Amino acid sequence: MGMQIVPFWLVPILILWPVLAAAVLPLVRSARARGVVVYAAAAGVMALAAALLGGWLAAGAPVITLYADTGGVDHLMLAGELFLMALIIVLSVRYRQYPVILLSAAQTGLLLYTEQTWPAAGAFHMQIDCLTMLMCVIAAFVGGFICIYAVGYMKAYHRHHAEYADRSGFFFSMLFLFLGAMFGLVLSENLIWMYFFWEVTSVISFLLIGYTRTEEAVHNSFRALWMNLLGGLGFAIAIAVASATLGTVQLGEVVAARAVIPIAMLSLAGLTKSAQLPFSSWLLGAMVAPTPSSALLHSATMVKAGVYLLIRLAPALAGSATGMTVAFIGGFTFIAASMMAIAQNDGKKVLAFSTVSNLGLIVACAGIGAEETIWAAVLLMIFHSVSKSMLFQAVGAIENCLGSRDIESMHGLLLRLPALTYIMGVGIAGMYLAPFGMLISKWVALRAFVDADNYLLVIFIAYGSATTMLYWAKWLCKLVALHRTKEQVTDVTHRDQYLSMLVHAGSTLLLCLLFPLLATRVVDPIIMELFGEAHDVLSMSVLTTMAVMLVSVIFVPALMFLITRSAHSQIVPIYMGGANEGDNTYFVNSYGEPEHLYLSNWYLRFDFGMRRLMRPSVIVATGVLVVMLCVIVGGAV
Amino acid sequence: MMPVISVIAYLALAPFAGALLDGLDRKLAARMQGRKGPPLLQPFYDLGKLFSKQMIAVNRVQILLNLSYLVFLAIAGSMLFAGADILMCTFLLSTADMFLVMAASCDSSPFSTLGAGREMIQMMAYEPLVLLMAVGFYLATGTFHVGEIIRAPACAVIAMPGFLLGFIFITAIKLRKSPFDLSTSHHAHQEMVKGITTEMSGPALGIVTVAEYYEIVLMLGIVALFFLNRHWWSWPLAVAACLLVYFLEVLWDNVSARVKWDTLLGSCWVATLLTGGLNGLILMFVR
Repeated sequence: MGMQIVPFWLVPILILWPVLAAAVLPLVRSARARGVVVYAAAAGVMALAAALLGGWLAAGAPVITLYADTGGVDHLMLAGELFLMALIIVLSVRYRQYPVILLSAAQTGLLLYTEQTWPAAGAFHMQIDCLTMLMCVIAAFVGGFICIYAVGYMKAYHRHHAEYADRSGFFFSMLFLFLGAMFGLVLSENLIWMYFFWEVTSVISFLLIGYTRTEEAVHNSFRALWMNLLGGLGFAIAIAVASATLGTVQLGEVVAARAVIPIAMLSLAGLTKSAQLPFSSWLLGAMVAPTPSSALLHSATMVKAGVYLLIRLAPALAGSATGMTVAFIGGFTFIAASMMAIAQNDGKKVLAFSTVSNLGLIVACAGIGAEETIWAAVLLMIFHSVSKSMLFQAVGAIENCLGSRDIESMHGLLLRLPALTYIMGVGIAGMYLAPFGMLISKWVALRAFVDADNYLLVIFIAYGSATTMLYWAKWLCKLVALHRTKEQVTDVTHRDQYLSMLVHAGSTLLLCLLFPLLATRVVDPIIMELFGEAHDVLSMSVLTTMAVMLVSVIFVPALMFLITRSAHSQIVPIYMGGANEGDNTYFVNSYGEPEHLYLSNWYLRFDFGMRRLMRPSVIVATGVLVVMLCVIVGGAV
Repeated sequence: MMPVISVIAYLALAPFAGALLDGLDRKLAARMQGRKGPPLLQPFYDLGKLFSKQMIAVNRVQILLNLSYLVFLAIAGSMLFAGADILMCTFLLSTADMFLVMAASCDSSPFSTLGAGREMIQMMAYEPLVLLMAVGFYLATGTFHVGEIIRAPACAVIAMPGFLLGFIFITAIKLRKSPFDLSTSHHAHQEMVKGITTEMSGPALGIVTVAEYYEIVLMLGIVALFFLNRHWWSWPLAVAACLLVYFLEVLWDNVSARVKWDTLLGSCWVATLLTGGLNGLILMFVR
């Protein structure tokens, strides 16, 4: 046969290695030594993931189930859950956030009761398949490089923000602990295991949002906590109902049984985790955390756990009332968040809204649950993880250089911080321009929504694309304005930060270039496993057209550059209304005095501002969610 | 073989056709206003003059972006005329427009930056209908492929008259016609000088002008798509329809005043919903 055995002994090491790093890091006092430990730990995570991937591919990429008998580990997890509950209770009491205690106690109690009353028969607890491996690779590589980036970032961060206590050791520890939990989450097939890791990621997110311990940070962290705990409660209810009625807590069996209440409750958990309306505010509030945690948890990986779960549920969501609800919430979030992004001038807020919006699109695809839409969802997830993590890192680096992340202060950044601007440019182009990945995936999603006869989603996507285009385009234009200012800016970005961002930029471009390969080798097998069959979503002619477009987008400007370089042109000052002082920056005003030119972007605050749109959006989404949950659960009982 | 010929024909002839239409436009507009107007070939003389001028620029990047705008419009049009995917074609059209917007923003000049901002609002206003229209073709003919759409047994417009109405509405934006000529206009009565093209002169402006001729032909090509089918008589019908649409745009240009951006956005989005949105909904139901 020549068939190799998958090195599944790597699985626990992959989970425990970052946990070990998390345990060591707070003990390291010197910043330099901490940096070395982080590099080593991140390299280890990537090497382990690569080894697991390599071994799994060499064995022919099979579906493997692991760990049927796990008595001891189960007890450990139970202890872990009780510890998490205790931690939440202590912190809630300290900050006087008592309702959170109820949520935490309710779900932990429910789980304990379930495990005592309806012990599920021993079956396997973890599973390795294509989707799992994809998530592991994203978490390991995007996550690993973000950790490397964080070493340089945190130094500059604390130099800028002397007012916050330097808790970098704790910060890195949480990042690595999160990576371990994320691996555990995606590898788990047993819902109780998955729930444990799910709760760990929620609590880590809560702790990281509260990193600076300012009043705003604490407030936002508790909002994130209660919303995620609400999802966790849904998760716990799903487990209880599934074990009581179906006698199983295997995700695959719950999906195969199309058990209505567990699926609906798990979907609720997915919606909270991926910050869909009405739960979007926690992700927006999470932007107070240092940028690496925003990049890692709040855009590239943790919020993807929500859509990961929904994609797993997709076969059961297809054509069901739950699926319709999920799809509506996703589509609605896509358009509402993209509108609100227009009115933001804080770079990180724009990225946050854009993340919520893109997740909405993925959620909508998962809710429809057809082969084509899942195809688009998986692709969107891949492209979004890489591009958005890069954008977050670039904005973080720019903030450390400029002392501000206001898009207005990025006017003419191309002349001041050229390297970072090019990275931003690649990221922004990747998010919305043809023929980069996001747009192609959107194209597939659009077609799939038509085929699924969901015209409302088609309308959402048509309008949402237009609003998405505006907020990216105006940011891009701000960056490329060749405006000279007198204030000097020095690039304080560390080399490790550049390493991470350049790897991300390279991956973004490569993913586009290798798109056909990505589609056939990565996405098709995932669809095959979920649906048992896979058809070509994109025909060869479309792929060829795309290749033409891609080549033209890269080569046309380059070619034009070569052509125009030799052209002789006389450079003249711009027209400014008042007489130009000669530097394109000052003009003579009506008093005869020099006036500094200030150009602002369009924000359309009165039309698209959060103050105007957030409350109605939350009301609509809550209404739909509550009514549909009542109908679904009531119909099933 | 057919696609190759039509692409070459588009690339070679579209600037001439566009310039002729522009000349016709000016003539028609003059007559509507009771003037004699310039000769029909005036756009050609203008272009000749623009290209004979010295290169004067505000920076070295703008010309590169202008040229990219031109090339992308040519590629987008070529995709339509090659019979490729209409959705891809519209995506590329937006990408092309992005290069114009960047060309206008890169100089950091107050008037052209304002124009660029308005151009982005215009893009946001017309984008939904363009996407919905592609979906409309898919619903009406079962394909996104232009090559297959024109071999349908009947005119697409029978199934999608709403989309055509909506498309005529937003074509006013693309052709820079009043009431939607916010970012720049063909007339020198703009409150922000020449808007998006303020800092472009000589050959650079000539390049943008040629690009817009490509765009006119591309837009009319999409209008023709509503009428073309496998019968020969659909071709003269499509040409007649294109000329009629063009005439309507000129007429509208001359009888309306420029609106503010919020009116533009609101009216385009509502019109999109009422025309394309409703039409698509009906198509979805009868499918």
